Amino acid sequence: MTTKVSTPEMKSLHFQPRTPATTTGDKVVGAVSHTALTIWTLIVILPLLWTFMSSFKTSSEIFASPFALPGEWKLDNYVKAWSEAGIGSAFLNSVLVVAVALVIVMVLGAMCAYVLARYTFRGSRAIYYLMLAGLTFPIFLAMVPLFFVLRNMGLLNTLPGLILVYVGFALPFTVFFLFSFFKSLPHEITEAAALDGAGEWRTFFQVMLPMAKPGLASVAIFNFLGLWNQFLIPVSINAAGPRVLSQELAAFAGQMGYAVDYGALFAAVSVTVIPVLIVYVIFQRQLQGSVSQGTSK
Amino acid sequence: MTSVKTQQSRNDDGLAAVVPATAPPQLVKRRRKPLTWDKVSFFAVFLGLPLAIYLLFVIWPFVQAFGYSLTDWSGFSPNQNFIGLENYTKIFTDDIFMKAMGNNILLVIFLPIITIILSLVLASLVTVGGSSKGQIKGLRNSSFYRVVSFFPYTIPAIAIGIMWGQIYDPSGGLLNGILTGLGFDQFKDFAWLGDKNTAMIATMFVIVWGFVGFYMVLFVAGIKGIPAELFEAARIDGAGRFRTAVSITIPLIRDNIQTAYIYMGILALDAFVYMAALNSGGGPDNSTLVMAQQLFFTAFSKGQFGLASAMGVVLAVATLIFSGLVFLVNRLTGGDKDVSL
Repeated sequence: MTTKVSTPEMKSLHFQPRTPATTTGDKVVGAVSHTALTIWTLIVILPLLWTFMSSFKTSSEIFASPFALPGEWKLDNYVKAWSEAGIGSAFLNSVLVVAVALVIVMVLGAMCAYVLARYTFRGSRAIYYLMLAGLTFPIFLAMVPLFFVLRNMGLLNTLPGLILVYVGFALPFTVFFLFSFFKSLPHEITEAAALDGAGEWRTFFQVMLPMAKPGLASVAIFNFLGLWNQFLIPVSINAAGPRVLSQELAAFAGQMGYAVDYGALFAAVSVTVIPVLIVYVIFQRQLQGSVSQGTSK
Repeated sequence: MTSVKTQQSRNDDGLAAVVPATAPPQLVKRRRKPLTWDKVSFFAVFLGLPLAIYLLFVIWPFVQAFGYSLTDWSGFSPNQNFIGLENYTKIFTDDIFMKAMGNNILLVIFLPIITIILSLVLASLVTVGGSSKGQIKGLRNSSFYRVVSFFPYTIPAIAIGIMWGQIYDPSGGLLNGILTGLGFDQFKDFAWLGDKNTAMIATMFVIVWGFVGFYMVLFVAGIKGIPAELFEAARIDGAGRFRTAVSITIPLIRDNIQTAYIYMGILALDAFVYMAALNSGGGPDNSTLVMAQQLFFTAFSKGQFGLASAMGVVLAVATLIFSGLVFLVNRLTGGDKDVSL
């Protein structure tokens, strides 16, 4: 850590007339900052590494010592978690549900935000505020009636039902953020497209949607994380249906009290955590950018 | 930004109103163009479809919940009797629910403050921890810290809960392993989640762990949006790092802090997933029981849907009161007026 602070060369791209001398005060502040940030980084990363390491251990090894490395790096726990505990099928269900819901909500959300942002008609403000209301109310309030809405439609405990509900609850956030995005696109382009004879449909899909790509990407990332992590909706309205990942994980942990197989539990958690983590590390630049975009509106 | 937009759309409204009032409303949509199939189908699909899904699966259940909360409905019986506010009196005289509400209030007080202070400190270290001479610079290699701190946000809450449940495990857990390794033998076999004095604190730490990285990234983005001249001016005036953070950074990213406060508060009023994963039964002496757990149990285990809906309404009202309070405090303490970029 200290070597990093004391390296003399500077990599700033800005023109610098004089290289400012590093004072001892700066060194102290730098060292303290690095120490504090390193401590937090360790707090974040140690539990993850420990979980990953434990996922290769047998139950008796786990009980023997929390630190000892596994005797053999075998994939037994993963096989057990993937097939016997049903994490595999739940993983695939999750991928399916989230992918379909994400595509639908992005298309519908973009369309709705576009109409609300670009056209003024009676009730357009009211619809916009209705969307805002959906953002502020706790999901919990809706769960009981939603259970019966879905039951009456025959969609309770089915993946299509889950997808539709995901779409509904992700819609306000999507519309809210894309609204300001479409609002900021120049009006001349729509007019030019209209002059060239493009109808409303073509204008949207061939002109406006491609222009909104950066906004769409940011919203899609947050929608993905939100839907992938969703727990309350599936346990409420899909309790007896084909389970999604978060549900299966909770069920697996719930029966742990009776049949102790901690190694498989750690493997199940690792299977849940690692794929998204890898995708995040690959796309982290994009994501950091979208956080700043989301906040500056 | 937003106020400008409202202004603009108001002008649009004004333009539309110029069209004679006798004109059919469809014509008002866009200036006197005939309705074509293209336009009709466009509006039907673009507005109708999303709105239909939203109304059916989000708004309608919310509305129904208020209605159900006034009945004694058990869900599976066809008849539901209107019982007025009886459910609400039952809730407010129920010791367990009041205990859960108290726990939620505890969470709402501490969770946002701890998370925001911690992430603000880390964000400041990352952005202005560099040299005090010349240009304002962040700490070197700081993007590594930022990327790693964000990790927990990508992990499903239920996985976070299960993972920490194992870390807190009295005998085989990481925490007691570290503590006994450091020589604190009194923590050998100490059940962090099983002791009513530590269960809540341990649970809160898990939630903080999950969100600090996200808000740190959010604040870093906010701080980077502040023009560097402001920092430089403050520095020329002789302000030190701490003074700069308190007098420049915090006032300028006040809106971000308010947003973070509201989101964390809403999360603290829910907190269902973490509580269910760490102590599904509500913890020792119900010390980690929250309203959402009680609602879930009342609805889907006991089948008292009327009562559960009333609990949902209480939860919603609590959320609205909380958001209103944050806005009010921010306004009263001078938010919105002292800075605008």
